[in-house]
Amino acid sequence: MKWLRSIGAFWYDFVIGDDWRAAALVVIGLALTAILTHVAGVNAWWALPVLAVAALVWSLHRATAGK
Amino acid sequence: MNALPLILTVFVACAVEAVEALTIVLAAGITREWRSTFQGGAVALVALAVITAAVGPAVSHLPLTALRLVVGALLAIFGLQWLRKAALRAAGYKALHDEASAYLREVTAAQQAGVQRRRGVGDWYAFTLAFKGVLLEGLEVVFIVITFGDNARNIGGAVIGAAAAIVVVAVAGVAVRAPLTKVPENWMKLAVGVMLTSFGTFWGAEGAGVTWPGNDAALLVLVPVIALVMAACILWLRARHAAGAAPAGTSEVIAR
Repeated sequence: MKWLRSIGAFWYDFVIGDDWRAAALVVIGLALTAILTHVAGVNAWWALPVLAVAALVWSLHRATAGK
Repeated sequence: MNALPLILTVFVACAVEAVEALTIVLAAGITREWRSTFQGGAVALVALAVITAAVGPAVSHLPLTALRLVVGALLAIFGLQWLRKAALRAAGYKALHDEASAYLREVTAAQQAGVQRRRGVGDWYAFTLAFKGVLLEGLEVVFIVITFGDNARNIGGAVIGAAAAIVVVAVAGVAVRAPLTKVPENWMKLAVGVMLTSFGTFWGAEGAGVTWPGNDAALLVLVPVIALVMAACILWLRARHAAGAAPAGTSEVIAR
């Protein structure tokens, strides 16, 4: 069990890293892009880049605010 | 997709990881014992080859749309992580990755550990140190090679980029016989972060169903835009850091 937990922790740190919110925003961006494209019929190529940039700026703001 | 951007991106990304692995291997070999160090490194390389052989073909059997969606998300998340660290380092919020001090840390720890013979290995500490270093840094190389290679449908190009990086770093390490401290790691990481985020965003959105204006040519806009955003973020963070570091009341004193 401990072994499994450390493998999970390793992969979490490897892919997600220090800020899970940035990763969550990327996933939200992909979901939004898919919904806009397939449901609303909008070719939303701009949605993911905008959310990725927002995720980066937000993450950097949170990491440095008050320091 | 043109093979050159793929090969160059994989080359730079893998060179960064190879420099970090080299530091650990040198610390183990010079301080402890070369034979056990090489054994550890070799076993790690075999493990990496097994992982690549198992995961690589499995991933390439996925339908292209699903592959681009999943791998695009992973690359974008991974790339943002690199950009975040690189920006914090460039602005002074985080210490720069220093191969000289990393080497010194490993050497100090290696000198303090006792010698233990286990499973036919003369120095178990040197073996595990080299094994862990090569395996952990190598996993990132494998991740980049598989994701980039499969998505571009050019695993061969990705392997060439990675192999070239490992050979160049290994040759430089043998020639210098010291950690490669002159390599501008943070700027290389920043460049790789820009490429990972750009390609991840491009492929992820394609996997989600969009058609990019200009198709592959959209990358020629996406990469510079992400790079410009990063440059702006670093300038913003540097100004913020300087403002935070300035003693209270300094600006009023200067104004007077």
